Amino acid sequence: MTTLIYLIPVALFLGALGLSGFLWALRSGQYEDLDGAAERILIEPDDGPKK
Amino acid sequence: MSCCAPGAEMALEVANAASAVPSSDEIKLASRALGGDSHQTDLSVPAVHCGGCIQAIEAALAKLQNVESARVNLSTKRVSVRWHGDEVPALFATLDRLGYEAHLFDSEIQEKDKTLSELIRAVAVAGFAAGNIMLLSVSVWSGAEGATRDLFHWISALIAIPALAFAGGIYFRSAANALRHGRMNMDVPIAVGVSLAYAMSLYETINHGEHAYFDASVSLLFFLLIGRTLDHVMRERARTAVNGLSRLAARGSVVLRDDGTREYVPVAELMPGMRLLIAAGERIPVDGDIISGNSDLDCSIVSGESAPKAVGAGARVQAGTLNLTGPLTMQATAAAKDSFLAEMVRLMEAAEGGRSRYRRIADRVSSLYAPVVHLAAFATFLGWMAVSGDWHRAVTIAIAVLIITCPCALGLAVPIVQVVAARRLFEAGVMVKDGSAMERLAAIDTAVFDKTGTLTLGRPKLVNASAIDPGMLAIAADMAAHSRHPFSKAIAAYGGSSGQPKPLSVREEPGFGIEAVAGGDIWRLGRRGWAGWKGRTGGEGKYGGYGGTVLSRNGSIVACFAFEDAPRSDAMAAIQQLKTAGVSVDMLSGDTEKACSEVADTLGIENFVPALLPSGKVEWIEALTRADHKVLMVGDGLNDTPALRAAHVSIAPATAADIGRKAADFVFLRESLLAVPLAIEVSRKAGRLIRQNIAIAIVYNAFAVPIAILGHVTPLIAAIAMSASSLIVIANAMRLQAAVKTLPEVVQTRRRADTVEVVHP
Repeated sequence: MTTLIYLIPVALFLGALGLSGFLWALRSGQYEDLDGAAERILIEPDDGPKK
Repeated sequence: MSCCAPGAEMALEVANAASAVPSSDEIKLASRALGGDSHQTDLSVPAVHCGGCIQAIEAALAKLQNVESARVNLSTKRVSVRWHGDEVPALFATLDRLGYEAHLFDSEIQEKDKTLSELIRAVAVAGFAAGNIMLLSVSVWSGAEGATRDLFHWISALIAIPALAFAGGIYFRSAANALRHGRMNMDVPIAVGVSLAYAMSLYETINHGEHAYFDASVSLLFFLLIGRTLDHVMRERARTAVNGLSRLAARGSVVLRDDGTREYVPVAELMPGMRLLIAAGERIPVDGDIISGNSDLDCSIVSGESAPKAVGAGARVQAGTLNLTGPLTMQATAAAKDSFLAEMVRLMEAAEGGRSRYRRIADRVSSLYAPVVHLAAFATFLGWMAVSGDWHRAVTIAIAVLIITCPCALGLAVPIVQVVAARRLFEAGVMVKDGSAMERLAAIDTAVFDKTGTLTLGRPKLVNASAIDPGMLAIAADMAAHSRHPFSKAIAAYGGSSGQPKPLSVREEPGFGIEAVAGGDIWRLGRRGWAGWKGRTGGEGKYGGYGGTVLSRNGSIVACFAFEDAPRSDAMAAIQQLKTAGVSVDMLSGDTEKACSEVADTLGIENFVPALLPSGKVEWIEALTRADHKVLMVGDGLNDTPALRAAHVSIAPATAADIGRKAADFVFLRESLLAVPLAIEVSRKAGRLIRQNIAIAIVYNAFAVPIAILGHVTPLIAAIAMSASSLIVIANAMRLQAAVKTLPEVVQTRRRADTVEVVHP
């Protein structure tokens, strides 16, 4: 019983962390262009930092 | 073409055979102001398909002056460019140089899809809650007792609250909306079941009860939301693809003011009496009369006439026609809201037909299903009250009946099949804009086709090429390459390497033809009366035919060209397939009887009606509907739009007029007309699967309900039964994917090229 007292909150917290991570990714537009994201990893950036 | 001062270079444009590019004013009109002097312009670039494209486009656009940033979205095949300053960057010229065809995208349709993000968020919350509650429930089922069980129930109740509020809200709102209008839909029994299950479980938890159905109510929401989200995503993808097509209506026009200044004015602000300058390649924005200039007008999308019409001063022009060869000055006689286009929209609204009367299968089933289920639950309650007199027990069992019959499988039965079917059609280049469209298409028994632009391509094809001296044909093709007249394009297609010297100077006489000087000879390609100015001399008899288009050398006719509107590829096969599928085929056209009968003969269509006005088409379809036919309308022109709306279900090609594409339930992006029988076949298969799925769901209930009524349902049994029925329904839907693999290859190949073939008509 005592183990439950901290195990359940830990489990719920981790779940909530995953959920909020997903919602954050959704809001920041990471799901807007799935095909593009897959291709962009192959694009070499230009020399030097971007302006 | 450069992108500055559209009026100044109009005369030059005539010689330019490239398709019209939006003027800088038009780009500005379609862009969104971001505050300050920044603007964002969205372009649809259908040909983007790989990482290389992204890099090339972004690099090239970012180098332009005034451009702040350019970002390609590969999924939606769109580029959004942020720029500042007054001068519009040469976006189109740059993309054109890279080899990408682009068209302006209206920023108003670009609004973020709120429903989708709400659905996805709801799925995420419901998934989180369902997972955690299920874990707790498993421990209860495996024997947690006493205080531990109560604790687990309490935690489950807490987790379920956000899921019900957030994910359940979608169903509660929809159910409340349906009830307010005195209708019944699938969401009503879902909402009732879920909320009663929660209320009872809460009561049990408070009273230290044994059975709580938190897992059932939340996982039910989770499953149903997945189906609903997939359905939405599929339709959104189709709608995006259709929205990305090039816009065919004019956005605005250059107005010539009395003091000689020129100004670009949006279509809505054009007033009768204004003088408008229409460059070659632009569409006429409003109805009007031509003041000066000669040109040819392509009326195919407006009236269905396939041959271009030569116009000069004094001629009446209709909004929506395409100015082909020469610049025109016209006087507007009607504002946009009174023009032909607006007239079509009014007719369309009046014709609102089959679709609004149609009730979806799921709604029809649930209007029978829900009362039966609710009555059964109520009868169970009364029965147990009579037998045992135990109030608490009777309520518990009655609610268990509601939970076990809650149409999880039924709620998934229809959307899942439609998602699979829509995906199948999407891969074949057919966009489904509405879930109910497939149900309606499965029921049709009559297909009505428009001729120009639908059965045919709306582009003339040279039919007597083999009868023409190859040398003459080569000269004609060289000359024709300088014009954008459809006949010229047809002749130019026969161009190639010729030994003849290239014409030295070429000049287009709008409304008449092309003149070239080569080797001291004057060659003319165009109207018979103009090109063969030496009257009946020369080889007219020898080269035969009465066709209006000839090639002449120094006034003597040396070749005569005959054209025919080319049927769409596979049109004949498509009509054959429709007939085999038991669908009768009619053709309605605004074109002449002669043109219609030729096409009807080639394609094997027995019934056709020529020279119909837009309202005539609607009447024809309404007459068929009254005779108890379910009519499919396939059409592309502005004049077909009211008919598209009046029919039970409608299909338009990607080259259709904007409002036609909006009005149609299906839009096919590829040239082949086989898309029509394919859509019907898939819809019919989907219809069969939907019926099977509903049957499965009812059989499941036939077994589950007696068990529930007898009071043997525990939360464990409910969870297993509901998941099992959902899985069976989904597996059955997947059979569609396998079943339709036996399709003609033309439609199967070329997945990436989906929208690439979309061209200006």
